[in-house]
Amino acid sequence: MLIIKLAIKNLLGAGLRTWLNVIALSFSYVAIIFMQGLYAGMNNQMEASTIKVQYGGGQYWHELYDPYDPLSLDDSHAKIPNEISGLIKNNDAASILINQGSIYPNGRMQNILIKGIDPNQKILAIPTHFLNNQNGFIPALIGGRMAKSSGLKKGDFVTIRWRDAKGTFDADEVKVVEVINTEVSEIDNGQIWIPLDKMREMTVMPGEATLIVLKQNSQFTKNLSGWEFKNLDFLLADLRSLATTKSAGASIFYFVLLFLAMLAIFDTQILSIFRRRKEMGTLMALGMTRSTLIKLFTLEGSMHAVLAAFAAMLYGGPLVWYLAKVGYGLPASTDSFGFALGDRIYPEFTALLIIGTILLVLTVTSIVSYLPTRRITKLKPTDALRGKFI
Amino acid sequence: MSNSFLIRTEKLYKKYPMGPTVLVALDNINITINKGEFVGLVGPSGSGKTTLLNIIGSLDSPTEGSAEVLGNKIETLSHQDAAKLRNNHIGFIFQTFNLLPVYTVYENVEFPLLLQDIPPAKRIELVMQALEWVGLADRKDSKPSQLSGGQSQRVAIARAVVKKPELILADEPTANLDAKNSHNIMETMVKLNEELDTTFIFATHDEKVMKYLKRKITLNDGYVQRDENISLNNQ
Ligand SMILES: Nc1ncnc2c1ncn2[C@@H]1O[C@H](COP(=O)(O)OP(=O)(O)OP(=O)(O)O)[C@@H](O)[C@H]1O
Ligand SMILES: [Mg+2]
Repeated sequence: MLIIKLAIKNLLGAGLRTWLNVIALSFSYVAIIFMQGLYAGMNNQMEASTIKVQYGGGQYWHELYDPYDPLSLDDSHAKIPNEISGLIKNNDAASILINQGSIYPNGRMQNILIKGIDPNQKILAIPTHFLNNQNGFIPALIGGRMAKSSGLKKGDFVTIRWRDAKGTFDADEVKVVEVINTEVSEIDNGQIWIPLDKMREMTVMPGEATLIVLKQNSQFTKNLSGWEFKNLDFLLADLRSLATTKSAGASIFYFVLLFLAMLAIFDTQILSIFRRRKEMGTLMALGMTRSTLIKLFTLEGSMHAVLAAFAAMLYGGPLVWYLAKVGYGLPASTDSFGFALGDRIYPEFTALLIIGTILLVLTVTSIVSYLPTRRITKLKPTDALRGKFI
Repeated sequence: MSNSFLIRTEKLYKKYPMGPTVLVALDNINITINKGEFVGLVGPSGSGKTTLLNIIGSLDSPTEGSAEVLGNKIETLSHQDAAKLRNNHIGFIFQTFNLLPVYTVYENVEFPLLLQDIPPAKRIELVMQALEWVGLADRKDSKPSQLSGGQSQRVAIARAVVKKPELILADEPTANLDAKNSHNIMETMVKLNEELDTTFIFATHDEKVMKYLKRKITLNDGYVQRDENISLNNQ
């Protein structure tokens, strides 16, 4: 195609200005791909670990259970239905009993959730086997965040108070047998884990549970009366919407970058259309139509995006490859993101992300390149040849 | 005998509004130019030479009257058809050369052929032929910025003739050249006129050009003051 050849030639002939634009634009590519890849990696990593330690293959909730309403916990427990008890025995599901309570570390009262779980369960990747250590005390597992907020350490004893099924208050001591380090704050903040049997005994709720976690990829789909099945899409919805919000926030950064790059392209286009009036007049005299001229100048502008894609590949490619391989070390304070994170993120750069970004930048650049060229439709060849303004 | 002429203007006017009045740049021009003529439009600055040349070249259109060029009525020609007419049949030579700066000499000359979709082998042949006519085959890889004014104008001539158009329009082609180069350029064009029977129309007030002309149309304030054939033995 003639105009493609011409556009490349003109662009390369323009020298430094072209390369400055190309480099600016290539930053947009790399920034968008890097940030989006980072978020994709972060989200997937987060989902994966949340599934591992919290959601398993979906959960049956007692019909009154509402994770956002601790008061609901008094009523949201029931005997495990027969249909699913076999699954639990075979270690294909795990039941969890949840109740409100308080602990008194250093004489301070702290409201918590007490969660009872089978120490031998294999469904969630929580090291519950530590809870098998029951020599004359109630063993408790807490997470790192909980340890920090309560000041408790491994080996500490702490007074715990709860209400049983009849509403009677009772108290005892638990021993922190292990502090677990987890990415998932929802199995950590404001809660302690104790053996399920012990919990049932303490609360006088024999054989009862608040929720039942299925093994990952479980095919169990029975309706259990009094219980509601929550699949992963439901359970992960909050996490995903949080992720979307976070990545939308980050995209402001690269939209600004893209906007600046577009400003430079727009400026270049305007300038070249003004500066090259005589050239346009000459091209028209040689028999080029206005529409071809518009195509040529638009193409010259959009070609910046093509060159920028190559430039981005040149330095962004190795960077992206390295990060996907080695991971991106996060600063220590990333818990402020509010969700689970490992200390290394492995960004995920999919073909869809890369091609999508190239198409996005190419489209935006083409539009920005086209806008100033519309002036050419008003250009008279005689005026252009005299170098007159359009 | 409708096809015997190449160009014919009838009651051609070009008027520009100038505030409350109207500037008549071309005033009732009636001329006929036949194939193979070597015509000069002469006259003082502002007399309408460029305006007439531009209308003949379909770069501009008349305000009134008609201009028929190679069977096309300029006043009714669409932009596309005008572009096609210029592309296929008319070569332009400008006072300021107007070479495309990012292209080499070769590519500048090749350009009109690219617009015409001429196959590569044929292109090479035509470009080299045109460069040899103007004596610049050895500079084909130079950029316009590396050429002298005379050389640049010869490249522009090669670009105008490479597609072997019926008509070449040259607006002050020697105005930016010294005497030696001017004569050189004019001789090149006379040669092309004689060898290829290409019709040339010049706009000029350069005395050096006059002696090469075979017909001189003198414009004054937009009207034709004189139209004379110059016999060869006058030179
Ligand atoms: N676009 C325009 N708008 C208004 N007036 C114009 C325009 N183009 C030309 N004119 C006027 O038309 C008249 C003829 O101009 P033209 O350029 O044809 O003269 P010329 O004979 O080529 O002069 P020169 O020898 O200086 O090149 C001049 O008075 C000029 O000012
Ligand atoms: Mg003029």
